[in-house]
Amino acid sequence: MSKTRPKHLELWNIKFPVPAIVSGLHRISGALLALAIPFVLYALAGTLSSAERFDAFRACIAHPLIKLALLVVLWAFLHHACAGIRFLFMDIHKGVDLPTARLTAKLVLAVSLVLTAVIGVVAW
Amino acid sequence: MVNRQVVGAHYGLRDWLVQRVTAVIMLVYAIGIVAFLLLASGASYEAWQQLFACTWVKVLTTVTVVALLWHAWVGIRDIWMDYVQPVGIRLTLHVLTILWLVASFIYSIHVVWGA
Repeated sequence: MSKTRPKHLELWNIKFPVPAIVSGLHRISGALLALAIPFVLYALAGTLSSAERFDAFRACIAHPLIKLALLVVLWAFLHHACAGIRFLFMDIHKGVDLPTARLTAKLVLAVSLVLTAVIGVVAW
Repeated sequence: MVNRQVVGAHYGLRDWLVQRVTAVIMLVYAIGIVAFLLLASGASYEAWQQLFACTWVKVLTTVTVVALLWHAWVGIRDIWMDYVQPVGIRLTLHVLTILWLVASFIYSIHVVWGA
């Protein structure tokens, strides 16, 4: 191999392929969800508490920042679930050829974002 | 004589399988909850409380929480193994992760089975 092979490190020209982005976001969303476990349990406790404590809980999650955090967790869950389903199908050799893999990767990104937006608009 | 290089801790296949089985358990549970929210007449506060008053729902929820925490352990441990090389820091992070997950489990028992 030639020792003077060209290096291509123009980071603004190098792009991850879509499946790599989905895979990376799968990891990031997974880490986020693991961090969110106690807070989601706290939310579950809030929905299961007595009527007056439930009202206090509703007032607590009415804060816009809390709502935003809930939306982030919702997106993380949806992306992690959709990407996970895609990986499960790949485990049984469904959709492993490049065109299908690229298409399903785009689908995962789109479905999780659209569902987050729809549920966010409905529940805000 | 077989010169076989034995490397690794040999939990790779088991954890690969655990990750998939726990994922399917969580998917089934999530589909059940979403189905309830969509189908149960507006999913009122009372209906939600009645659902989680059933023993079988509490049992399935606890099983799913165990699956979730096990899944999270495999995933988070993989992240530390990929990005954190110094043994001391990695061990510390592993211990903190286990504490986080064990504390979450105890809290989940309190939430699901408590008063």
